[in-house]
Parts: sequence; structure tokens; C-alpha cells
Amino acid sequence: MRSVSGTSRLAAAPVEIQPRHRNGIGQLATLALFLLPAAIVYTLFVLVPIVQAVYYSFFKWNGLGGAPTNFVGLANFSQVLKDATFRGAFSHNMIILVLSIATQLPFAFALALLVRGGLRGRVVFRTIFFLPYVLSDVITGVMWNFIYKPSGGLLNSLLTIIPGFKPIGFLGDPHTVLTALFLVMTWKYFGLHLLLFLAALQNVPKEVEEAAAIDGASYWQTILWVVLPLMGDTARLSIYLSALGSIQIFDLVWVMTTGGPVSASDTMATYMYKFGFQRFSIGYGSAVALIIFAACLILSLIYQRLSRQQEIA
Amino acid sequence: MATESNASRQPGSSVLALGIKYFVAVGGAALIILPIVAAMLGGFKTNADLQTHPFSLPQPFVLTNYANILAGQSFWQQLLNSTLVMLATTLGTVILAAMPAFVFARMTFHGRNLLFNYFSLGLMFPITVAILPLYILLRNTHLVDSLWGIIIPQVAFGLPGNILILRNFFTAVPKELEEAAALDGCTTLGFFWRIMLPLVRPALAAVAVLTVVVSWNAFFLPLLVLNNQALWTLPLGVMQFQGQFGQDWAKVLAFVSLALVPTIIFYLLAEKQIVEGLTAGAVKG
Repeated sequence: MRSVSGTSRLAAAPVEIQPRHRNGIGQLATLALFLLPAAIVYTLFVLVPIVQAVYYSFFKWNGLGGAPTNFVGLANFSQVLKDATFRGAFSHNMIILVLSIATQLPFAFALALLVRGGLRGRVVFRTIFFLPYVLSDVITGVMWNFIYKPSGGLLNSLLTIIPGFKPIGFLGDPHTVLTALFLVMTWKYFGLHLLLFLAALQNVPKEVEEAAAIDGASYWQTILWVVLPLMGDTARLSIYLSALGSIQIFDLVWVMTTGGPVSASDTMATYMYKFGFQRFSIGYGSAVALIIFAACLILSLIYQRLSRQQEIA
Repeated sequence: MATESNASRQPGSSVLALGIKYFVAVGGAALIILPIVAAMLGGFKTNADLQTHPFSLPQPFVLTNYANILAGQSFWQQLLNSTLVMLATTLGTVILAAMPAFVFARMTFHGRNLLFNYFSLGLMFPITVAILPLYILLRNTHLVDSLWGIIIPQVAFGLPGNILILRNFFTAVPKELEEAAALDGCTTLGFFWRIMLPLVRPALAAVAVLTVVVSWNAFFLPLLVLNNQALWTLPLGVMQFQGQFGQDWAKVLAFVSLALVPTIIFYLLAEKQIVEGLTAGAVKG
């Protein structure tokens, strides 16, 4: 190894030789070598398209003929915001967001409390609960299409145990489709929140809980007033990830319903896909994309603000 | 130690509570496993059997659904395409994220913070927002219907988050190591390659493993970019297979189950890294 011979040279070598500071040109070359490849790929394929999305959103354009020419100002945006289908899609995103936070998180926390300590095969349970998270949305969606199938599907077959039950087309009925999709999302993403809460619970010092117990706090008092306040960071992160995912959701919906029946399960992303790629309204689709971005940005700002407040306090 | 009194007061200590605990945990686990097992068993059934007895074991037990898929070409082609995209994306992401992360953690120069913020800006843009112009860009650069059209954007969108994670790990390496290396006549490049990279190997593994999962499951971008059937990745193949054999559910379930196998194997092998990567990212982010 070269480093061994280098060490023996150490005693003789004058200390001021430090290649890193020897000359500015050398450092510049190193910087260029390390930064340029990433900077080029990132600029070209992330930032330029984002800027273009802003630019395109001011035009009526079908994506052909080099560059857009038909400038329409903010017309795309006002049209999107006026469209009842888009408003429906936006409300579906919001319903998914609220349901996810209101149900998945409390259940994940409760299960994390249950699974930690005192349960044999804890690792096996964690492995099982987290498995759906690594499956693709496509595989998940097709599997659940089978479960929800009106005739011969697993769920309907199970429900026929109830006397007088008539099979339901869960994904074909505008009244049930969102709930059905939400259940699949819960199946898939529940494990992530469980994992985060388990990790956070591990970081709660045993002494704190023991001290609370000695002071006469009951188990639930300890959880509510001692453990839960220590989980603030994780809870915030869980909520943020959940919200961000709900705003952008596309894959699962596209595989299971393509936004149907009659837009009953459209999300902002499936709406954008339909206009941008099926009808080739690039300008209009870009306006939708920017509205999705605005929603994400607002969430990020709220998240950052809450995290920072916590740090100060 | 107060553990004894403490433990006796926890609901988990009574037999009834322990029963509830296991009931909930086992019940939950069953809800996760059941759809997967049902799909795998469904692939061994005839359609008539699947229709009338969805919960029972296959009767008769047929191998043709699986055998036909394995004997055909498309499944293997899609598996190969997914693997190529995954390997290139992961390699590209790890290399292109590690180099700037090292520089941001270890070198001082004018505009370092500005450049770092420039990369971090990308954290705010999910691929969904950029996908329309990205498609036009790929079309103009003839990357539509090419696996590179998936690989390059996936690497690009993976950079901001992974640079951030790796920078934190590079920063944690003690400064003395660098001084010792410099005294030994080690160049910056040598220091990066021979000392830093081996030291942060667990972090690199976490980044790689998470990139593998994201790339393997990617659907939106491949859906747009790959029209040529010979280039399809597994998620596109599964989607298309469902559309093509819509009513032949036994066949569809067999295809889904086969597509599941690589993911499950990878998950069981790399669970530790996936979990550590996600929770480390969570703590740091």
C-alpha cells in the first residue's frame, strides 16, 4: 500500500507542503472535475424543464413546431382554476391528504407502541408491515384490482357471507372509488410511518419513562405527556411526507382507475397527464403542473416553519 | 431499578393485554400478506376455479400460467430492461452525488454555499412538475424510446436529496484524517477515492439501495418515454399485461407474482440498508 511508504516519509517531509492549498488552479481543476458533471445533468434535466414549464404555461401550444408562439398570458391558469373537473381533482387530492394524516398516522403510532418491546418476532412484524412500501405501485394496483373485482374478487366473495349482500363494483362506482383507492394507499404506505415512529420510539430514553412512572404517571399519561412530545420531529416529518405524496399521487390511481369513472378519482397529476399527453395541450398541462408545484411549495414552507419554530423553542 | 413496578403497570404485562397485542399484530400482518399470497396462488389456478373459489387452494393445480410466461420472451426482456435501467441509475446517482457532496463537505471556496443551495433547490421540484417540458426535451434530444431517456432524468432528480444526505456523512469524518493524508502527499482526488469513499460506505449503500427501489418501481416517466415494446420495464409490462389479458385473471396474477419475486428477494437482502437509509434520511432531513 502506498500509504505505508508515505507514513515513513512523514518525518523528513517539510510540513508546509499541502497540495490542497498549493495553487489556485489546481483547486479550480479539482472543483470543476467534482462539480461539473453533476451540475450539468442537474441543470439540464431538472432546472431547465422547470423554467420551461413556467414559460410554456403562458402559451397555447400542442408541443409541435419547435417553440410555442401563441402567447395567452394567464389564460391557461384561469381556465384550469375554473374547470370543474380540475376542482374535483384538487378536492380528491385534499380528501386523500386529510384522510391519510387523520387515519394512517395515529394508527401507525399506536401500532408502533404495540410492536415495540415485549413482542416476540418484532423484527418479523416490521419486515412484513414495511414490505408493501417497496412494492411498485403498478404491482400493488393490479393486485388490488383483483381484490376489488365485482365478480369473483376477494373482497366481494368475502362479503357474500353477509346475507342479502349484492356484489359491489368498488372501483366502478363514483361513491366508493376514492375510499377504495385510499384503502390501497393505506395498505402501501402505512409501513413507512410505522417505521419512522418505531425509530423515534427507540430514541426515547428509558429513564424518562421510568422517571415518569416513579412520579406516579399512568402508562397512558406517560405516553401522552412524556413520549408523544418527544416525537414531534417524527410526527411532523410523517405528516409532511404523507401530504406531499397525497398532492402528487399518480401511479396507483392511473393503474387502478385512470381517474375514472367519469373523473370521480382524478387527481391533479392524472388531470395533467390527460391534458398534456393525451390531448397535447402542453401549455395548459404546464399550468396544472405549476399549480401542483405551488401546493408542494406551500407544504414545504409550512413544514420548514414548524421545524424551525421547534428548534428555537 | 424501577423496571419491575414500571413493567407491572404497563398494559402490555397482563395476559389479556398481551393477547390483544398479538391479535392486532398478527391480524395486521395477515392483511398485508393475504393479497400477495392470494395473487401467487391465483396464478396456479384455472380461471373457473379462481372465479368460484377465490379463497381455496388451487384445484386443479395448473402450472401453465407461470410456465407460459417463463417460456415466452417478454417477461425476460422486461426484467433485463428494468435491471439495466436500475444499474445505470444507481451507479450514476451514487457517483454524481458523492463527488459534489465531498466538495461541499470538505473544501472551502468562494460561492460554496451558493452552489450548494443551487443543488438543494431541486428538492422542491418533484418530477411530476417538470414532466411535460422534460418530455419535450427528451424528444428533441432523441432520447424518447431509449433507456437513457429514463436513466438520465432519474439520476438528475435523485441528485439533490442524495447530495444532501452524503454531505452530512462526509462532514462527520474527522478533520485530522484529511491533514494526515495531505502530509502523506495524498492529492484531493486520492483522499476522496482511497480514504473518504471507503469510510462512508454504509451511507453509499443506503443511497444506492434507496435508488434501486425508486428506479425499479418507476412508472410515470417510463410510461411517457418508452413506446417501443422491446424497451419496456417491468412496471410497464405488468400494466400492459393487465390491459391485454384483462379477463384472464389467472394469467395476470401469475405475471404479477413473477414481477414481485425480484423485489421481495432484494427487500429481504437489503432490508437493513433500506430501513437505515430511510430513518437516517428522516433524522437528517
